[in-house]
Amino acid sequence: MTPAHHLDHSTILAYAAGTLDESIGLVVASHLAWCPQCRAAVRAAEALGGELMEQLPDAAVSDGCRARTMAMLDGATLHRFPAPPVADAAVPGPLARLLPVANLDELPWKKKAPGVAIYDVKLSPTAKGQVKLLRIGPGRAVPEHGHGGEEVTLILSGAYRDHMGRFGRGDVADLDEDIEHKPVAEAGGDCICLVAIERPTRFKSFAARLMQPLVGI
Amino acid sequence: MLVAVMTTVEQHSKHDKVILEAEFRNLMKRVAQNRDRAAFEKLFTHFAPRLKSFMMRKNANAELAEDLVQEAMIAVWNKAGLYEPGKGSVTTWIFTIARNLRIDRIRREAPMPLVELGDYDEASDDPPGDEVLARKQEDSLVSKALGGIPEEQRQILLLSFVEDMAQSEIATRLNIPLGTVKSRMRLAYGHLRRILEIQP
Repeated sequence: MTPAHHLDHSTILAYAAGTLDESIGLVVASHLAWCPQCRAAVRAAEALGGELMEQLPDAAVSDGCRARTMAMLDGATLHRFPAPPVADAAVPGPLARLLPVANLDELPWKKKAPGVAIYDVKLSPTAKGQVKLLRIGPGRAVPEHGHGGEEVTLILSGAYRDHMGRFGRGDVADLDEDIEHKPVAEAGGDCICLVAIERPTRFKSFAARLMQPLVGI
Repeated sequence: MLVAVMTTVEQHSKHDKVILEAEFRNLMKRVAQNRDRAAFEKLFTHFAPRLKSFMMRKNANAELAEDLVQEAMIAVWNKAGLYEPGKGSVTTWIFTIARNLRIDRIRREAPMPLVELGDYDEASDDPPGDEVLARKQEDSLVSKALGGIPEEQRQILLLSFVEDMAQSEIATRLNIPLGTVKSRMRLAYGHLRRILEIQP
């Protein structure tokens, strides 16, 4: 699979630095499982991290630390290559680990309106953002909305279109908060998206705006 | 301090860096294939002080930092067989071990999900031998790229990679808009990309 829409370079750097919230990090890791181009970008960013670490001034390490480390070698075991995960699985590995079932159809989807359903992905209690699976019926439009915070969306199946183009399986929409768009799911099948939003309070208003015309909140 | 760091780095010639990385690769191979303790101890001597400096950056005292250094170096010993020279330098690989450990141990309340990048690569993604050779030059290129990044971008990289700060925390610390933090990160990455001649 070679996705057409990729992660923002500032997101690539933040992932390589290890500073993303669990919410955005999950969607980024899921895209990486499917995108060789963004994996190469992360490798380059990690090389930058390696160089920054290499250039740090030395902090003297105690003899005790060295001795304890050397003493532990005998009890340690060599890790072998683990069996590789399935690269082209229907659900990317990082997401699959957090779902109660293997098949997206079997999730306890909550219907929000005809043709629209949501599933909340369970994160750590202290995660700052939220991750939701959004299932949009064929031909349905999501009302025009801005992004009241960091939002990253990965298309798991189906496709939608907005003014930025067509987003299909594996594509990621890594949008600045000031971008507004009105995605329309393509005819032919459901569009299932994995959406991370980092500011929960703003997400509520986004969710309300998103669902208002559909469910009359 | 930053000036001092940069002076030290400039003293490493490009040639030295290539030799140093070749030496690390050789030591890694001895650790993986022969469980060579002397080779491991040489890696410890080079990397442990840098790892400690890296680990002391966020909420860690010297004692915790040394525990994490120990844990990182044991991971180097245990995972030596998983290191793939074609995928990046030893320094970069050890950085990722340290970063993952820091996510795990210092920020474990809400861990950032990670993927093993190599797990998903097709066999054809493995570079042939001549690319491994080219890869050896890459470290001096990354070093060169970092040297050519303006101070205001370099500062953002340090806060992100070394101080472990999220983009929003950096914006607050420097009293600049989040969008400015992101655009400086994009510029820094763009610079690296041009020097490494990699695809967008």
